[in-house]
Amino acid sequence: MKVTIDGIEIDVPKGTTILQAARMIGPDVAPPTMCYHSKLKTSGGYCRTCIVKVTQGSAANPTPMPKPVASCRTEVMEGMVVENTINADVLEARKGVVEFLLMNHPLDCPVCDQAGECDLQNLGYSHGAATTRYEFPRREFERIDIGKYVQLHMTRCIMCFRCVKVAEQLTDNRVHGVMHRGDAAEISTYIENVIENEMSGNVIDVCPVGALTDKTFRFKSRVWFTKPVDANCDCKKCAGKVRLWMKGDEVLRVTARKDQWGEAVDFICNECRFEKKKTSDWKIEGPSHIARTSVISQNHYEHLNELKLQVMKQQKALGFMDINKRP
Amino acid sequence: MQLTNRKKEVSFKEQSFAERIYLPAILKGMVITASHLFKKSPTINYPDVKRPIAPVYRGQHVLKRDDAGAERCTSCGMCAVACPAEAITMTSGERKKGEEHLYREEKYAATYEINMLRCIFCGLCEEACPKEAIFLTDRLVDVEFERNDFVYGKDKLVEKMNERIDVTKRQTSAVLEFKKTLGLKHNELFEAQKLNQGKHH
Repeated sequence: MKVTIDGIEIDVPKGTTILQAARMIGPDVAPPTMCYHSKLKTSGGYCRTCIVKVTQGSAANPTPMPKPVASCRTEVMEGMVVENTINADVLEARKGVVEFLLMNHPLDCPVCDQAGECDLQNLGYSHGAATTRYEFPRREFERIDIGKYVQLHMTRCIMCFRCVKVAEQLTDNRVHGVMHRGDAAEISTYIENVIENEMSGNVIDVCPVGALTDKTFRFKSRVWFTKPVDANCDCKKCAGKVRLWMKGDEVLRVTARKDQWGEAVDFICNECRFEKKKTSDWKIEGPSHIARTSVISQNHYEHLNELKLQVMKQQKALGFMDINKRP
Repeated sequence: MQLTNRKKEVSFKEQSFAERIYLPAILKGMVITASHLFKKSPTINYPDVKRPIAPVYRGQHVLKRDDAGAERCTSCGMCAVACPAEAITMTSGERKKGEEHLYREEKYAATYEINMLRCIFCGLCEEACPKEAIFLTDRLVDVEFERNDFVYGKDKLVEKMNERIDVTKRQTSAVLEFKKTLGLKHNELFEAQKLNQGKHH
């Protein structure tokens, strides 16, 4: 099926959503997402961040769709024309969505462990207004310990349902979910039941904000002071492909690897995530790829060895002593 | 290829008799030296006399407390990431119940160190701080004999309750105006603390 997104035509198979088609073209035209997660079935459709304008429904029926549509839930049609970044109305509407998402979200980024890798923070910076118009008190909750390792800050939750989908699709029996409706909706466990499943730690990785965080990493360090490296281990329960966040030789945190859309590639088990906090537990592959736009990329050198070889070559040409042989 | 017009030919011209005896040149120098005896000395006798400095002079840092006396710093690391000299390091702690009067928010700086030898006093930490916690002041960093003594910890940086440091001069009118805007979380806390003063336990 031929579909045009922001003036770029692409051929995609039937059943592809607009979002997936846009992602095939590239990050410049792909709409941002908060609740959609490529590895979780039936995710998406809650946050409205990915709204786009369909200016031509299909080749057969070229009437435009009357309202912006959620691109993660709308399948493409033959000859569909979609506008995302080139349509001012879409950007304005998305700014409104950001304002809605931030309505009850506390501005405690200086305290929050997610800051620096938070989807909502990025979204706010790229699409939001600098000030808020909201004058009413934000809803507040006490923070809840979900088991030994996971902390729930309900105040920061934006109700994306990703963690619920993880529990549904990765674990056998879900013990947490969304209670109440509308404004009063909240993530809760049955009478603060402990999530004890082996894969339950993945709720931390899928959480786009700092609502679900790793208690073993709580306030240890800001993410941009840690060095992300890709590592693996032989794990029977999961693929064992992880990202270590290190400070010196210390492993401060273990997470799943994220792809360019910030979504976990392989889900990892709790043992890998919470127990293996020694460098000797892991086979380190090398520095992770971090986008240049991310604050984490400061002081992060992905091609250090090449850089070092280059410097050595230059210094040798200038008659310097070998770096490695210096006293 | 000629790049500039500043090229000068070196000459090895033989010196004249007057130049060879050096006396006129020495006398010329002596006259210049002697003339300084009758000029006003530019030396400032520090510390008896101090040079006037600008109100926004960037000297030793202070970590401010709020009006109720709680530390404002939440150890967010913005100053450390902004610091071009990488002089700032910190570790965070979690506030326990009953420590609300010590720390303003649930996270605080358990240790906070600035290496004054690395610091270039650019003021970017002050600019980056979202909590109005760190300010540069018009104080000068003390002289020390050991390098380690220049690593200032919280004992030297956090202001003392009985020696509060006024930084209002350093805040731009835009900041002062912003603080008046109600409906912002930042100011809500500020206002609430003003009301709660005295009631604090």
